[in-house]
Amino acid sequence: MFDVAIIGAGIVGTSIARELSKYDLSCVVIEKSNDVSNGSTKANSGIVHAGYDAKEGTLKAKFNVLGSEMYEKICEELDVPYKRNGSLVLAFNDDDLRHIEMLYERGLKNGVKELSIIDKNTVLSLEPNIQDNVVGALYAKTGAIVSPFELAIALAENANENGVEFMFSTTVTNIYKENDVFNIETNNGKFKSRYLVNAAGLFSDEINDMLGGEKFKIIPRRGEYCLFDKSVGNIVTRTIFQTPSNKGKGILVSPTVHGNLFVGPNAIEMDKKDDVSTTKKGIEEILKGGSRSVKNINPRDIITSFAGIRATSDTGDFVINVPTKNAVNAAGIESPGLTASVAIAPYVVSLLENEGLRLTLKNNFIKHRTNTKLFIQMTDDEKKLALSSNSAYGRIICRCEHITEGDIINAIKRPLGARTVDGVKRRVRAGMGRCQGGFCMPRVVEILSRELNIPMTEILKSEEGSYILTGRTK
Amino acid sequence: MIKNMTCINCPLGCQLKVEVDGEIKVSGNKCKRGEEYAKNEITNPLRIITTTVKVEGGDRPLLSVKTDKEIPKSKIFDIMKEINKVKINAPVEIGDIIIENVLGTGANIVATSKIQRAD
Amino acid sequence: MERDLVIIGGGPAGLAAAIEAKKNGIDDILILERDKRLGGILQQCIHNGFGLHVFKEQLTGPEYAQRFIDEVEKLGIEYKLESMVLHLGEDKKIIALNPKDGLFEIEAKAVVLAMGCRERTRGALNIPGSRPAGVFTAGAAQRFVNMEGYMVGKKVVILGSGDIGLIMARRMTLEGAEVKMVVELMPYSTGLKRNIVQCLEDFDIPLLFNHTVTKIHGKERVEGVTIAKVDDKRQPIEGTELFVECDTLLLSVGLIPENELTREAKIEINPVTNGAYVNELMETSIEGIFACGNVVHVHDLVDFVTQESFLAGYGAAKYIKGEKSNSANKFKTKGLNGIRYVVPNIIHPENVKDAVNFYMRVSDVYHNVNLIVKDGDKVLYKSRKNHVSPGEMENVKLSKDILQKVEGDELVFELEEVAI
Repeated sequence: MFDVAIIGAGIVGTSIARELSKYDLSCVVIEKSNDVSNGSTKANSGIVHAGYDAKEGTLKAKFNVLGSEMYEKICEELDVPYKRNGSLVLAFNDDDLRHIEMLYERGLKNGVKELSIIDKNTVLSLEPNIQDNVVGALYAKTGAIVSPFELAIALAENANENGVEFMFSTTVTNIYKENDVFNIETNNGKFKSRYLVNAAGLFSDEINDMLGGEKFKIIPRRGEYCLFDKSVGNIVTRTIFQTPSNKGKGILVSPTVHGNLFVGPNAIEMDKKDDVSTTKKGIEEILKGGSRSVKNINPRDIITSFAGIRATSDTGDFVINVPTKNAVNAAGIESPGLTASVAIAPYVVSLLENEGLRLTLKNNFIKHRTNTKLFIQMTDDEKKLALSSNSAYGRIICRCEHITEGDIINAIKRPLGARTVDGVKRRVRAGMGRCQGGFCMPRVVEILSRELNIPMTEILKSEEGSYILTGRTK
Repeated sequence: MIKNMTCINCPLGCQLKVEVDGEIKVSGNKCKRGEEYAKNEITNPLRIITTTVKVEGGDRPLLSVKTDKEIPKSKIFDIMKEINKVKINAPVEIGDIIIENVLGTGANIVATSKIQRAD
Repeated sequence: MERDLVIIGGGPAGLAAAIEAKKNGIDDILILERDKRLGGILQQCIHNGFGLHVFKEQLTGPEYAQRFIDEVEKLGIEYKLESMVLHLGEDKKIIALNPKDGLFEIEAKAVVLAMGCRERTRGALNIPGSRPAGVFTAGAAQRFVNMEGYMVGKKVVILGSGDIGLIMARRMTLEGAEVKMVVELMPYSTGLKRNIVQCLEDFDIPLLFNHTVTKIHGKERVEGVTIAKVDDKRQPIEGTELFVECDTLLLSVGLIPENELTREAKIEINPVTNGAYVNELMETSIEGIFACGNVVHVHDLVDFVTQESFLAGYGAAKYIKGEKSNSANKFKTKGLNGIRYVVPNIIHPENVKDAVNFYMRVSDVYHNVNLIVKDGDKVLYKSRKNHVSPGEMENVKLSKDILQKVEGDELVFELEEVAI
């Protein structure tokens, strides 16, 4: 019997898990995928929004601004790359100008700090690669960037170190209540818990139905991205937004925390919740969109393209409520959900407390993650120490990102360590570079096989069924 | 019987038309080598096989090998079967004979790389 | 540590450069190789066809490599394996890493860049669709099959008819896979005719020109690809799409010189080749830093890599011994009218030993042309070509004597149509 079961190990579920791990509770996270962050979180823009976007009074506005303020500290505690690079919303005509003025006012009402409206010359002096027909911009100094999957992994690891259990490859099929206890039926057996959190992302409407909560529907909206080589990562240093239209927020152009550049996303409503394929049309749309804002975006510099699906609820706002006694929904957490999730977590915990969950702070809570640095990020002394403890730190596996075998072994041996090629990639970036794993993927497969003591042929790229090798040659 | 083939003697890659009707008539070739090539390809096409053999106790799991002379094209898959049956112990030097006179073709399967003992 | 000559890369280029430098009197040489053994990519190229120019016989990749490795051992040239260079400065300071020595710094008098190239990926092509397992570059698949002994798939489609793609079509077939087709964007193959016949036609594998892969299907593992015909702008033609069931897509869609270190050292790079501009001694824009092999421009035959790398080794030795002339007498080379690029780019005739081999690639398939070299209006060289193709490097050898008589500041290489 668990005190709390959390369904979903995306950014929302892992934020809540880490928050709950501060207290004397037994918690379990139930995740249908085989790793943390394998749903919407892995293909997110990674923008920590300042908070001028969402309409005042909405949950989106409230948790966006709160979350934005909490980010730096959480990333520092968990040693996750975070950079306050600032963001610009560009205006190209009078309508746009009126709109950014509205956003400015809204930002002030939402409590966003360090907002200003700047003129054309200031825009171009800050970002010389912005298109010359820009007329002004909203400048939010508190806008920031983060690596979404690294944060989710870090939150999960830290929660796990503080006692939260994680059940992967476990799909919830039914939930019923018996004597005030949730019976959670899965493909992996039945779990019992006294309290329950629905952080099931794209599938949170289905979990809500199982709980008998007030109906809402998740509308999957796909967004496609192109990721560019680090050699063009400094075309812009701030996150560049376009003035939102009724079609959506427009296409972003932004550096990533690791020095790449990305362009995207578009927004396509989908029938299915799992179709993350890219399309020729979509890629053309985002490249064209990106070029409206920024000069010198050359498709030749693309190193990969991908798509993610947003869990948009039909209510127009986050769904954070109590669907049934002792349960909390944290659903429909679309943009600015990444930003908001760290603030949603303590709020969800307070709702659980309202439902009667007794919260006693642990005295041995481990706040910081340790041993998180990649070899290449270490100081000279740290490098020497790492090399003396394990010579595998001297063996570069990923040539593009300079990731060593020691780093990869660490990724595998960490709490909730990597078990797949993509798991390694998301934890330590091996295969994230310009050759996209061309050189290192065979080596990573070998290391996974050796460290996990499973045959090469059973190593997966990502999800169950994504086998890489089909057998031996002889 | 009419057969179309590409001459491989030079980068030009002439498209050859070969008529086999008792004697062999070649057309489409721009030089004499094309005719010779086509005739050989019809009467007795020969190939070199390069592949690998499993190694025990070596510094890597596979040894690269080749046939030391050309073998009939029709025997490629039969010879592959023979090669795949073999397991060799390290060390191996380039040129070591792995299979002698494979399937009576007169060709040996020889090592094309050097394998040292694993330590 | 201080070294006379550091060679970055122990593949065919680095090995040849090291050997030639040693033979020209340089004793203090160190080769840094990132893999577990010397030989570079040749170790996984177990097919034959290497060495016809250099050794006048047909060798497999590992055999070709071993001849140079044996020579390096015999000459007592020092090398370090599993050693990755992390930094190269304009001042020829190198920081490298390996499991045995950890991080180490070298101050080199001269450096030879011989890092080779890498394969273009799916991302660079931006093929739409899902992102399942089962999409490999041909080289990664080759490593699995030939080095590790694992199969990467059972039903295979190959995009790109370069030699690696063709070789892998045969390799996968011999190991029991069904290669359904090779799809080529262009109207011609950049692979050798011999490979088209012996790797595809021998096994009845279709080669579709003017086609490309427009979508990858499959959620976890590849379940198929959509192919389509392309128009003369290489754009897919709507309505020509065809679904091909397969579990594997191999990509053989081009090679890119690996010039991260070159860029870091602020060496000037030729945007056409993606490799450093080099002179008659294969010296880059930084004096004392030389480059050779696929890091300069992608070669078709390893034999030419070897020849070019001997020159780089010779040049580095000359530089270290202070015998290189820095006189102002020099001219540039330039490709025009069908010649996409020429290497080397700058010639100081005084430094030329006997002759310079100019390597170049054409921009399209041409028949019945003359390859001519001009100094102003003066034609220095003319050679009739029945057939030239972007897949095959052309080679023009000009003697020191001719080069010393060049009057202009530019030597132009071009194709001229022959009236028949």
